Amino acid sequence: MKVFCFGMAKDITGLSTLDLDNESVSTVEELKNYLIAAYPEFEKYKSFMIAVNQSYANNDLVLNGTEEIAIIPPVSGG
Amino acid sequence: MDRKLDIQIKSDPLSVTNNYNFVLDENCGGIDMFIGTVRKWNKGQEITHLEFEAYEPMAIKELNKIATAAFEKFSVQNISIHHRVGKVELKEEAVIIAVSSIHRKASFEACHYIIDELKKHVPIWKKEFLLDGSYWVNSRP
Repeated sequence: MKVFCFGMAKDITGLSTLDLDNESVSTVEELKNYLIAAYPEFEKYKSFMIAVNQSYANNDLVLNGTEEIAIIPPVSGG
Repeated sequence: MDRKLDIQIKSDPLSVTNNYNFVLDENCGGIDMFIGTVRKWNKGQEITHLEFEAYEPMAIKELNKIATAAFEKFSVQNISIHHRVGKVELKEEAVIIAVSSIHRKASFEACHYIIDELKKHVPIWKKEFLLDGSYWVNSRP
């Protein structure tokens, strides 16, 4: 499962793309929990969102690992 | 009257003339524009420049959703939204929104709506560079 990192998420992980073990993550909520466990600094940014196939995803969305997934920290465009 | 929509994310400097010319329309009596520029001071700290990063394909999709909603909510004719990415210097435009409509009220309201929604939902991130360091805006715990 590949996960794109933007903004602060790239600083926290040190990577622009994470390559995760699919078996530990099957929903968006599990992905968020996995990220917080792997990178405790995410705990401070509870409002980060996950995008799946370029749309904001709810926590209960099921992931099969083939989607385009991205970590979306609080946005600040404009 | 076909409505026209122009959404772009650009690393080159923006130009108000481009947005203005896109929305200019013989059927319209008014154009409203919002231009977001880079300012030198934020909360007493001196800024040297900004950098914007975008998740471009998703940002384009989100901007399309916002523009589609604006077309539904307000009687507007044409919409043009350009957002800059990369390094942006003081006084340069970071975002330009232009809206045309038959009468002025719809343009005012749509332009206001679009910039507010852009700031809430569009996956673009601003990094402020100060004299003594840099940080992502909205990402301080």
